[in-house]
Amino acid sequence: MRQRPGAVWAAPALAFFAVFAVAPLALVAVLSFTAWNGLGSPQWAGTANWTRMGEDAALPGSLRLSLILTAAAWCVQTPVSLLLGVWAAGRGRGRAALSAVFFVPLLMSNAAVALLWQSLLDPNFGLADLVGPLLLARDGDILGEPSRALAAVVLVVSWQFVPFHVLLYQAGARQIPEVLYDAAAIDGAGRVRRFFSITLPQLRYTVVSSTVLILVGSFTYFETILLMTGGGPGTATRVLPLHMYLTGFSAFEMGYASALAVLLVVVGTALSIVIVRTTGFASMRSRREGM
Amino acid sequence: MFRNRRGAGWTALIAAAVLAAGACGTSGPAGGGAAGEIRAWTLQGDAVNKVERDGVTAFNKSGGTDVRLETFLNDPYKQKLQVAMGAPNAPDVFINWGGGHLKQYVDAGQVADLTAEFQKDPAWLNSFLPSVMKTAQLGGKYYGVPERGMQPIVLFYNKDVFAAAGALPPKTWDDVLKLVDTFKGRKITPFALAGSQGWTELMWLEYLLDRVGGPAKFQAIMNGTAGAWNDPAVLRSLTMIRQLVDRGAFGTGFGSVDYDVGGASTLFATGKAAMHLMGSWEYATQLGQNPDFVKKGRMGWVPFPAVAGGAGDPRNIVGNPTNFYSVSAKTKDKAAAVRFLKETMTSDAYVQGMIGVGEIPAIKGLEPKLRGGPDAAYSTFIYSMVSGAPEFTQSWDQALTPSVSEALLTNLQKLFLKEIDPGEFAAAMGKAK
Repeated sequence: MRQRPGAVWAAPALAFFAVFAVAPLALVAVLSFTAWNGLGSPQWAGTANWTRMGEDAALPGSLRLSLILTAAAWCVQTPVSLLLGVWAAGRGRGRAALSAVFFVPLLMSNAAVALLWQSLLDPNFGLADLVGPLLLARDGDILGEPSRALAAVVLVVSWQFVPFHVLLYQAGARQIPEVLYDAAAIDGAGRVRRFFSITLPQLRYTVVSSTVLILVGSFTYFETILLMTGGGPGTATRVLPLHMYLTGFSAFEMGYASALAVLLVVVGTALSIVIVRTTGFASMRSRREGM
Repeated sequence: MFRNRRGAGWTALIAAAVLAAGACGTSGPAGGGAAGEIRAWTLQGDAVNKVERDGVTAFNKSGGTDVRLETFLNDPYKQKLQVAMGAPNAPDVFINWGGGHLKQYVDAGQVADLTAEFQKDPAWLNSFLPSVMKTAQLGGKYYGVPERGMQPIVLFYNKDVFAAAGALPPKTWDDVLKLVDTFKGRKITPFALAGSQGWTELMWLEYLLDRVGGPAKFQAIMNGTAGAWNDPAVLRSLTMIRQLVDRGAFGTGFGSVDYDVGGASTLFATGKAAMHLMGSWEYATQLGQNPDFVKKGRMGWVPFPAVAGGAGDPRNIVGNPTNFYSVSAKTKDKAAAVRFLKETMTSDAYVQGMIGVGEIPAIKGLEPKLRGGPDAAYSTFIYSMVSGAPEFTQSWDQALTPSVSEALLTNLQKLFLKEIDPGEFAAAMGKAK
């Protein structure tokens, strides 16, 4: 067995991680104990920002919205990208061509996606006037109606990120050895049976990776929402990351915004650790033992 | 997989500590700009930037220190400025809105006091409209020079729609309520409202409180007087807004309408809405988006209606008095910066150029120039409205500190959406600080 590479090899990556991830995190943690509006130097504020969390009337609402958005995004994205990915893994020129088309939303910038959908959902000049009645919005008012705005955000964010997860599932499905399917076919398993008995178990780690990415990604995501609704109407789409952004860069309360950022980091990290632990992903046991 | 985490964690922690220490040690020299050059920051806008550039070019030709103009988009600018003023690369001269926006920089000691300069040259100070200069005056000292046009809020109306309904533009609040019913009966939205943005809704509250309670009520709010948000005049104004919403004055879909992408202006110009309460820039917006609407004389304008029994003078106006140029306290060459403001902002070529692009500078005795300029009917209306106004209250979102305005705009959206009532609004704002 060859000698394992020395720790020196990890130094560039570690340095990079330290500068762009650990150092900002540490600074944010320090800032969360200060009062600072971006001008002058931060003033020590003790735990004022942290006790303020208990009084912030907007915080429970935005935390709840974030959790709803995260759960809804997973429920929409996982089945769609799993099915599309497995389908796209098959052979055929038609599939390749369509897969390329499905990939397009991922290539668009966040700003373009947000502005495109904002225009499409405009009740006066967009498609919403036609589509709205089908979605029980008689006057096509989708983004302006608190109960519908969040649903619209979930759909747009899903539309934007499904292609990425399709790519994961497509790659995963192509790794599954053909012999498994051949054996199953000999035993008389149909298409549906083969999907549930072979494809799905073999894709287990892909599902976990994709799930972690969707959950943590949705929980911390805000660019498209900022541009599409700005957190409105009222606070109907003011998710936690957006609440943090607006506190920091609209209200210029950097101290409290930093405290919210730390909260986001803690919840996001906890989320991914829990998933990785409970699914056995960490042990990385082979799915193809005995093959 | 988790085995090495602790070791890596320590390494990372040490690295972070080293970095943090390094970051604290670098407060380098105030940089930015070549020697003998001062930087002026302004807001982007093709037409007005050209006039500003011409002004800078003329100044640079006069010799001495050169000015370099840098332009920024409106919304990101506030963030950019906030970050830059706290950093070593602050601009020498920067555009701002006066009032609360400027105050936080003044409080941080980052703005040069121009009072002495004005005292040395009283004619310079006297060339500006006093109601506008008040916005650049903080704690009795002057910190800014008017740079662009005045932007009071005006009630625009669609003349075609009014003619078809046989209606006249409103003079009083009762007229407003009657007109709402008239236009609703004709399936026309009475008022266009870009309700996805709180600042368009704020215009209603600003005018109503001024008409109902007079400018002192907002002064109390601005000074942070306890209970100012619970004043009966504030509650009455909020209730009037709620009545308008309930009556259908803004239609049902206003929450999706956006001003920046032209939603509200197009609804208004195409006759789907009869009136539009908006800043004076709506004229230029319509001229760009729907030129025929303006050029064929189908857009009309009136001051905000009077409220019977209200304490405020109906000639009072609200809006953005103007944009100011202020000088950074850190500038290397204050004398050059002041000379630039003095020689450029009131020069004939600059004022004429501003009028040419539809901006009406806050300078006394402009009527003859405006009458000879483009869009004379509109520009003289705005000019006489501002010069005849006893009080020009600054837009609240500019006058209040950023954290309070942020809460204000969010709560106002909720009020318009009927998620909270006037009492809850006042209670929520009473807590904001």
